[in-house]
Amino acid sequence: MRKIAIYGKGGIGKSTTTQNTVAGLAAMGKKVMVVGCDPKADSTRLLLGGLAQKTVLDTLREEGEDVELDDIIKDGYGATRCVESGGPEPGVGCAGRGIITSINLLEQLGAYEQELDYAFYDVLGDVVCGGFAMPIREGKAEEIYIVVSGEMMAMYAANNICKGIVKYADAGGVRLGGLICNSRKVDNESEMIEQLAKSLGTQMIHFVPRDNMVQKAEIHRQTVIEFDSDHVQADEYRQLAAKIDSNEMRVIPTPLSIEELEKLLIDFGIAN
Amino acid sequence: MIEDKDKVMSKNNEAVHTEIKEEILSKFPPKVARKRDKSYVINEPGTGQAIQANIRTVPGIITQRGCTYAGCKGVVLGPTRDIVNITHGPIGCGFYSWLTRRNQTLPEKETDENYMAYCFSTDMQDENIVFGGEKKLKTAIQEAYDLFHPKAIAIFSTCPVGLIGDDVHAVSREMKEKFGDCNVFGFSCEGYRGVSQSAGHHIANNQIFKHVVGTDDTIKTDKKFRINLLGEYNIGGDSFELERIFERLGVELVATYSGNSTIDSIANSHTADLNLVMCHRSINYMAEMMQTKYGIPWMKINFIGAKASAKSLRKMALYFEDAKLSEEVEKLISEELAVVEDEVAEIKKRTAGKTAMLFVGGSRAHHYQELFKELDMKILAAGYEFAHRDDYEGRDVLPSIKVDADSRNIEELKVEKDPDRYKERIEQSKLDNLKKKDPEVENYIGMMSEMEAGTLIIDDISHYESEQLIKKYRPDIFCAGIKEKYAIQKSGVPLKQLHSYDYGGPYAGFKGAVNFYKDIDRMVNTSIWSLIVPPWEKEAEINADYISA
Repeated sequence: MRKIAIYGKGGIGKSTTTQNTVAGLAAMGKKVMVVGCDPKADSTRLLLGGLAQKTVLDTLREEGEDVELDDIIKDGYGATRCVESGGPEPGVGCAGRGIITSINLLEQLGAYEQELDYAFYDVLGDVVCGGFAMPIREGKAEEIYIVVSGEMMAMYAANNICKGIVKYADAGGVRLGGLICNSRKVDNESEMIEQLAKSLGTQMIHFVPRDNMVQKAEIHRQTVIEFDSDHVQADEYRQLAAKIDSNEMRVIPTPLSIEELEKLLIDFGIAN
Repeated sequence: MIEDKDKVMSKNNEAVHTEIKEEILSKFPPKVARKRDKSYVINEPGTGQAIQANIRTVPGIITQRGCTYAGCKGVVLGPTRDIVNITHGPIGCGFYSWLTRRNQTLPEKETDENYMAYCFSTDMQDENIVFGGEKKLKTAIQEAYDLFHPKAIAIFSTCPVGLIGDDVHAVSREMKEKFGDCNVFGFSCEGYRGVSQSAGHHIANNQIFKHVVGTDDTIKTDKKFRINLLGEYNIGGDSFELERIFERLGVELVATYSGNSTIDSIANSHTADLNLVMCHRSINYMAEMMQTKYGIPWMKINFIGAKASAKSLRKMALYFEDAKLSEEVEKLISEELAVVEDEVAEIKKRTAGKTAMLFVGGSRAHHYQELFKELDMKILAAGYEFAHRDDYEGRDVLPSIKVDADSRNIEELKVEKDPDRYKERIEQSKLDNLKKKDPEVENYIGMMSEMEAGTLIIDDISHYESEQLIKKYRPDIFCAGIKEKYAIQKSGVPLKQLHSYDYGGPYAGFKGAVNFYKDIDRMVNTSIWSLIVPPWEKEAEINADYISA
């Protein structure tokens, strides 16, 4: 089983990209589990056709210690196994601790012992504290893909996440698999992210163009592959899924200094 | 080993101290050694020596210090019997701060409230960390209220509460309003908030001052002399002995902070006319704030040691300027001292010339030297675990103490004169006159000026450093706390706990002094230590080299 975590700046499209890619892998016949690590619990919405999932933490709260795997895992599109960690409402408690608790419970319950080809962790925003780094600690996830765009803050976040990977690379053996560019139609976006990937010692595994079809499918609570399998955007996600499936590049990234990062933006963005 | 001791004993030799100090420090990494060096002083009274104190312990060093929560809940609030003290946090913090200091209390009537025998905690679980613990806290407060209908409930924050951002103050306000007849207040005293328990004392002072002091103006007696005793925590019954003395003198003890105290006495304490300050470190904030807001003068006193007690009583009498009171004080002193001197004369024969080291507290390392002096014992070295520079060097250094990020973390209350309750207790000229005669009226001269030249003073001593001092100096007794007790005794030197008094006490006042003499006599003259040969002295030492993987 390959254990993959998807990171990236908040709002960059991690959940959308993850679910569409997972749909692509499922279409290839792969058995995939998706673990949403976001208190909003919306990482499996497109696979399940709505927010139909009771979260691990809610279940734990209501059922006490007596939780079974079936209580927290639901099957979604293409027999994907869907889990949501859940967490506190905004401004209360500790969401990071919630993710730790929930992943530990999944392990205890043997969620990873099923016949799986892939486990995907979809993690909230930046790595703000130890809890959100949980999927990359202690070998929980072995492979990271960072969703990024040509916008400054998205690249800044990607670089920060790389610092987190470096930190845990020795202890947990986590490696960076590549950057996924989720296009915001910034000038020279593809070239700039190619260059960023190169500086980080990795690759831009795929450039996902911006297309309204994604929004449209989302409104219908579906992935593009499910909603309109023949659309060109569905092809993009199938390509991304295939690339991840055959990817063998795993690196410990080399994060950039702020100066280097800014220079990159000037060279490819403003200066052009 | 023994040679070292003889050298030191023959003369309090600065060169010897310096050599030993350098040997100890040489084992630290250079940067740590430089930092620790500033916490060492070879005392030369009157020369304005500075010591480093109240700064962070270097991580990795086994310190004697406790945490901010311990200082707030355990030390200052713990001894008040009728406040329900709820620890908001996982169970360990509440349990291990439950009466471990042996602070005693005695309700007037058997039916009077006393919650000290109970340990209250919200017993936070993983779920409360993730989803926030405010709901559980409210439930706990409600439960305590329903069960006991106490006059007050206090909430103490442990480390995780600060991390997840539970607002204990908002919860307290809400519950106080809801009950209407129960004072509920909270403390942001998370363990990591300061460099030691000292931060917790300050936080405790602030909140008691804000939420309790001055809330009851009634004067319940017609006693002429009304005082508060600040920084006396009734360890082993110390407060009982002092209550006995004040009662004999006809002096009303309005409130003790906080040994054997009640919330009502503290609410009423702003009506007293004088504050006597025992433990300067833990309560000086309260003395100063009460002076500013209500006009109550304070003086530093010490009821540890028979002579020190006599001196403190005379000081109080001088303040009240009353012939009858002075006469009573003199009568009491002569009677009590006669008994004490009889006792000490016999014991001194066995204790004279013995040596002691005191590394404890923020006042105790200073106060207890008086008792050792009365036993004709010699203090080789002393130091505090959580005191500030003013406790070593005197309050004169206050303006020159650097305010750092750690101290800025603790709120400084802005206190002003209370328009209704402020009352000048004594004419300013008379107070100034008292100050001229006595350097410890509204002041503390600190430990260093009262210690002999050539004695070694070390702040925030570590486990390793204590062991080395024991090896080099072989004192007859070492005074510290429970964390140090068995580590020290392993090397054949008895340790007297000055936080909890082991199983002894009271040691305050006159009767307390006699108790102390007897206990120390037993400890320094027992032959038990020479009768035991520990296994590591019988068998060859096993040596090993560290090989990195």
